[in-house]
Formats: sequence, C-alpha cells, structure tokens
Amino acid sequence: MTIAVNPSQTGEPVFYVADEHPHPEGYSTSLGFWIYLMSDCLIFAMLFAAFGVLGANYAAGPAPKDLFDLDLVAVNTSMLLLSSITYGFAMLTMQQNKIAQTQMWLLITGLFGAAFIGIELTEFAHMIHEGATPQRSAFLSAFFTLVGTHGLHVSCGLIWLVTLMVQVWRFGLIEANRRRLMCLSMFWHFLDVVWIGVFTFVYLLGVLR
Amino acid sequence: MSPDLLKLIFGRLGIDSLPLHEPILVGTFVMVALGGTALLAGLTYFRLWGYLWREWFTTVDHKRIGIMYMILGIVMLLRGFADALMMRAQQALAFNGSEGFLPAHHYDQVFTAHGVIMIFFVAMPLVTGLMNYVVPLQIGARDVSFPFLNNFSFWMTVGGAVLVMLSLFIGEFARTGWLAYPPLSNIGYSPDVGVDYYIWALQVAGVGTTLSGINLICTIVKLRCPGMTMMRMPVFTWTSLCTNILIVASFPVLTVVLALLSLDRYVGTNFFTNDFGGSPMMYVNLIWIWGHPEVYILVLPAFGIFSEVTSTFSGKRLFGYTSMVYATVVITILSYLVWLHHFFTMGSGASVNSFFGITTMIISIPTGAKMFNWLFTMYRGRIRYELPMLWTIAFMLTFVLGGMTGVLLAVPPADFVLHNSLFLIAHFHNVIIGGVVFGAFAGINYWFPKAFGFRLDPFWGKLSFWFWVTGFYMAFMPLYVLGLMGVTRRLRVFDDPSLQIWFVIAAIGAGLVALGIGCMLMQFAVSFLKREQLKDVTGDPWDARTLEWATSSPPPDYNFAFTPVVHDNDAWWDMKKRGYQRPLIGFKSIHMPSSTGTGIILAGFATAMGFGLIWYIWWLSAASFIAMLAVGIGHTFNYHRDFDIPADDVIRTEDARTKLLAGAK
Repeated sequence: MTIAVNPSQTGEPVFYVADEHPHPEGYSTSLGFWIYLMSDCLIFAMLFAAFGVLGANYAAGPAPKDLFDLDLVAVNTSMLLLSSITYGFAMLTMQQNKIAQTQMWLLITGLFGAAFIGIELTEFAHMIHEGATPQRSAFLSAFFTLVGTHGLHVSCGLIWLVTLMVQVWRFGLIEANRRRLMCLSMFWHFLDVVWIGVFTFVYLLGVLR
Repeated sequence: MSPDLLKLIFGRLGIDSLPLHEPILVGTFVMVALGGTALLAGLTYFRLWGYLWREWFTTVDHKRIGIMYMILGIVMLLRGFADALMMRAQQALAFNGSEGFLPAHHYDQVFTAHGVIMIFFVAMPLVTGLMNYVVPLQIGARDVSFPFLNNFSFWMTVGGAVLVMLSLFIGEFARTGWLAYPPLSNIGYSPDVGVDYYIWALQVAGVGTTLSGINLICTIVKLRCPGMTMMRMPVFTWTSLCTNILIVASFPVLTVVLALLSLDRYVGTNFFTNDFGGSPMMYVNLIWIWGHPEVYILVLPAFGIFSEVTSTFSGKRLFGYTSMVYATVVITILSYLVWLHHFFTMGSGASVNSFFGITTMIISIPTGAKMFNWLFTMYRGRIRYELPMLWTIAFMLTFVLGGMTGVLLAVPPADFVLHNSLFLIAHFHNVIIGGVVFGAFAGINYWFPKAFGFRLDPFWGKLSFWFWVTGFYMAFMPLYVLGLMGVTRRLRVFDDPSLQIWFVIAAIGAGLVALGIGCMLMQFAVSFLKREQLKDVTGDPWDARTLEWATSSPPPDYNFAFTPVVHDNDAWWDMKKRGYQRPLIGFKSIHMPSSTGTGIILAGFATAMGFGLIWYIWWLSAASFIAMLAVGIGHTFNYHRDFDIPADDVIRTEDARTKLLAGAK
C-alpha cells in the first residue's frame, strides 16, 4: 500500500487513507506458514530432547547396533532427499507456468515420498517382529515416536500433495494454488531438514554409541 | 446384546460411568439440565438459532469472536469458582474428626478441575478474547490475518471446555492435580477416564490456542496501519505480540508432553514410567518448560491493559514507553530461563538450582521497572477513579505483594521448606488473581463501552470491586500463614485443630469473592437494563488515547471506514489534539472475509474424536477423524472466501453515525 504519510499539499496532516487498496489475498500467508513451521520445529525439538534423555536407556533390551541397518536407512534417506530435489523442479516449472510438467514433478515427488514411507514401515515391522517394540524400552519408545512423528508428517504431506495436484488439475496454476504449492514446498523441505537431524543423531550416532 | 458388541459400540462407557451415587453431582446435573433446557427452549421459542448461527457461530469478525471468548471465560469462571468454594468449605469443615462433605475421590477431582479450568478455560479465553477484540482496532486493521482460522481456534477452545464439562456428568475428571504428574497420571495408578479427559481437553483446546497465537502475531506484524511503526504501537499491542510469541513457542511443548503421556497410557510406551528406562522427571521438566511461559502468556496482556488504563485515566502519555516495551521483551525472553524453580526439590544440585534461582529473581527487575512506570504515569496526573483505574490500583498493591513472596520462593533453600505448601498456593493466587483476573476485569470495564455502546454500571461495579478485593485478601492471606506453618497443598482433612480458624477465615474470604462475582453478574444485568442512560454515542467515553476509540461504539463490521494514518504514539490523542475531522464523504466499498461454518464443524468433529478416545470408542474417533479430514480438505476447494461491503452500505452506516454525533452535541 502506498500512501502519503507526510502532510498533504495544504499542510494539513493526513489522518486517513482516502484511496485505499485492500491487502492482496494471501498477504500474511508466508509469514504465518513460517511461524507454523517453527512451532512444528519445536515439536521435533522436544522429541529430539526426549530421545537425547532416554536414547541410551535400553532396559537390557536391544541397542541401536543390534537394530539399525544403515544401508537401508541410507536408501531411505536418498528417497527423501531426491523427493526434495524433484519438488524443487516442480516449483521451477511452476514459475514457468508449465502445468503438465509441474504435475509430473509433483507426482514423482509423491512417489519418492511414498517409497520413503514404505521403507520406513518395513523397517518398523522388521524391528517389531524381532521384539524391538515401542514398549520394550524407553530408548525404543523415544525412537519410534521421533521417527514415527516424522513419518506421520510426511504422510500428511502426501495427502496434501495429492489434494494440491487435484486442485492444480481443476483450477490451473492460479495465484492461490501457487501460494499453496509454495507452502507445501516449505513444509516438504522442512521435513527433509528434520530427517537429516534424525539420520545423524538417531541412526549414525546411535550406531557409534 | 453381547458384551463384546456393547464394548465395540460404547467402549468402556456404561451406565455405571454416570456418577449416580454422588448426590452433589446429581444435584448439579439436575440444575444444569433444567437451566440448559430452559435456555435451549428460550432460544427456540424466540427463534434465535438462525440468528446465532449466522451472526455469531459462523462469524469470522474478530470483534464477535472476541466477545464469544469473553462469554466462554465468564461461564467457565462460574464453574471453576464453584470448585473453589467447595474446596474452601471442605477444608474449613474437615477438623476434629470430621471428614468434611467431599469424599477423597471427589475432592481430588475438584482441585484438579479447579486448576485446569481456571488457567485454560477462564484466564486464557479472557486474555485471548480481549486481544482478539482490541488488537486489530488498536493497529487500525479491518480484521486479523486469518479470519477463518480465528473462528476455528475459538471453537477448538470451546471443544476443550465441553470435554471438561462432560467429565462432570459422564465418568470423572483427573485426580492428579492440574499438571498430571506421572507416574500418578500413568495408566497403572490412574486407570480411569479422568486423565484421558484431561489430556484430550487440553489437546483440543491447545490446537486452538497455538493457531490463534500464529494468527495474532501475523496480524500485528503485517496489518498495522500506515505510520504505525513498532515503537508507535500501543503497549497493549506490544504485550499481545510478546504473549503470542510465547504461545507459539511454548504450546507445542505442551502438545508433545501430553502426546507422550497419552502414548504411555494408550500404547504402553515407557517415557514417564518407573521402569524400562522411563523418566517421570522428564515430564515435570517438559511440562514446566511450557508452564512457566504460560504464566507470562497470561500476565503480559494484563500488563498491557494496565498500561492503557493508567495513561488514559491519568490523562497523560504513558511514562517510559520505550522502557515498557523493552521490559516486556526482556520478560518474554527470561520466562524461558526459569522453569526449574517449580521443582528445586528435584535434586538437580546446587549450581543448577542457583542458576534458576537467580534468573527467577532477575525477572523482578523488568517487572519492577513497569511498576515504576505506572506510578510515574500517575504522578502529577489528573487521575479519574473510574472502575478500570480502581482495578489497576488494586492490581499494583496486590501484585507487588505477590511478587515479593515470589522472590522469597525463588531462593532455593527457602523453597525446600515452602515447596508444595499453602504458601505457594497463596503466592500464585496472589499474582494470578491480582494480575490476570484484576487485569481482565479492568479490561472488561474499560472496553465494554467500545464493544456494546454503553458503559457498565459503576455502582454494582464498585460493589463487585470491593467484595473481590477484600475477599481476595481474606481468602489468601491466611494461606500464607498456614504455609509458613508447614501445611501442604491439596489436603482433605486435618488433625491439628489450631489450624481451623485460618481455614474458616479463608472460607469467609471465598464467600466475599462469591458476592463479588454475584455483583459483577448484577452489574452486567443492570447495565443492560439501564443501557439508554449509560449510552455513549461518541465512541470515546473515557477521553482515551489509542486508535480503537477513533471509531464508533460498537465499531462497524469493517472497523474503520478509512484506514487511519498514524503520526505519533497515542494516535487518537494526537488526532484529537490536532483537530482531526471525521471524513463525511468519499466512502468506498470495503473488502471483507465471509462467514463460514467450517470452523465449528471441524471443532465439533475434533471434540467427538476426543470423546471417542477417552472412552475407547474407536469407531467414533476414526469416523470423526475421517470426517475432519474430509471437511478440512473440502474447505480448501472453496476459493471465494471474501466479499465486498458495497459503498452504499458504508455510506448508510457512516451517515447514521454522523446523525448520532450531531445529536450528541
């Protein structure tokens, strides 16, 4: 909004905006979404803290060395990192207004995301099958909750992704949809960053311990 | 029907879940049922449902949502205060072999519910309601950043309150104290639904609080009118900004800690258990990392209210505006560095306790600076002893007292003696009632004429004021004495008859507060009946200083026909001083958000989901969750959420005001 805050030509102070334009739609959205992401970040911070406190309390049960298959986790990590890159491509093609390509990259992102969830669930199932259940020790409670919360976020992201693909398909790359894709993009990259924390602190340091 | 099928349909809910053996609860239920039926019948008879739905339940107008928050807070105050009266009566009676009138099972629920309700469903709605109503007006905005989210947040808070109220008649509430420490709150020691009611009520309401925090931060950062730089914002807006930052930075912690507790209870994980490596003290740490900022979430807006009131009723610019802002910010930061003082007795060692003891004492410095700023604002001011000012003076005296006992408690060796004693109870009631409750009452009396166009009756207001203040001192000063004598909190019966007199005095004090609340309800009723006499057409009944007084009372839907431009702190005062003329022509159509029922529907499903989880009615939870998802996603397919108020309507509204103002002169 551009208005004259300075005194008008007659020297009288201006106390109101005579010719006003409303704030554009979505004016506060990116700030609001950032703040939301930071509050979500705090949720992960707390779960990391809980893992930090309880992470070595094995209660005579299995330890990270007995459980983690780093090769599988590496594959899984690459799934998520690749999905971030492909989401980046989706945003680039969105900027160029190429609907079909945007949709294609979104689809690929979704497939990588689904693969990530699939591998994670396989890992969980394997651990539970071996008796390393969330109930077995405080370490496992904290592990399943932290990694599971991240997985839950990715799953929500997938539902959101599908919703947006439908909306782009029906309404095109209109301003509102671009804004939504931008928000999901921030969300998706945020989850990537969190996963790097999980990979480092939970898996790598866990195996070293 | 087979028991298996019954269990599938009703979970663990059965006829025996109804507290039919507790005469107090049955009596309460009969009263509530009769009152509720009368209310519903009245609404139906006067055909008010459509009006309520269209104009209030689905509204996205920050002013109406603010008023609904206030109503919620006041209704829940009655419930929370009824609990307080029961506790005071129980403790005054339970001497010389008497067991009092409350069985342990019931008494423990009463003190838990009292704490939970007063903090989450009285203090929070009152504070949020005032912020919602006032902040957009003070910054010259038309609404908040996310109006739909605002409506949704409100209904989630209501959802939480509904769950707490349901626990009164269906099942029971937690018997753990208001923070539900494990291992007591874990499934082994609290296998009933009480703690589950606690968890899901707070989770549902917590979502609303967090979202409303995000919303108000965005509003203050993005929607200030031209010329209103950060350092020209009214102090109430500043304290609201800091409070909402605290909300966003602390409520997720509560969400996590309650989620972990629910995992322990529902899934059998070992976060807070005694064995398998769990750590109950981690719960205590985490919940206070939320809990201490929460204290400041409540009191900072109250500080803002007192700042507005002091400068308005002293007829002076606030003394030390800049220092007030910095003091607020410093308190915001420090509030994260003191949480451990709630459990010095944990045994974390001398260095850790010293650190937290010292940070706690440091908080009294910015708070003291504020106190002096208010005093210097009053110094040589032309003070008008209207109701908001009376509450402010009562606050200044009471809060200083509470602050000093707080500094005493901040000394770790002293705390080892006073921990969990009635001295602590007296201390935090001293600061929360003296700060937050008096602040809310100052705010209600101050802004009521803005919201409704007529003042509150001063006679009943003053009666309420004096009952409240004397009642507060009579109720809580004896608790300091008892605490120093070593009486711990949450006791139901006493052996030492020499203590009884103090509890009797405290009970009389609670009775006086009850009269204060009664007078306040009378004040609302009388003011409504005398609304023609108490009417204010100017929109500025107190000769006030900030922008909310620049528009009519009540303000039109769009708040300001033209967005104001600010040149100074105390923008409205500046406008009045420099001969501002209200514009009479040139009105245009105004872009506004449309009402929607999505918020209340989503919150309704969330509440149903919570109820299902509490009673293990899994199909209900799953169905509600899927419904929530469907409604939420469906809502995003609606791209047309705004409309224009036509210029003709604006002209009509503004012309009506012009006529009123001319008539007043």
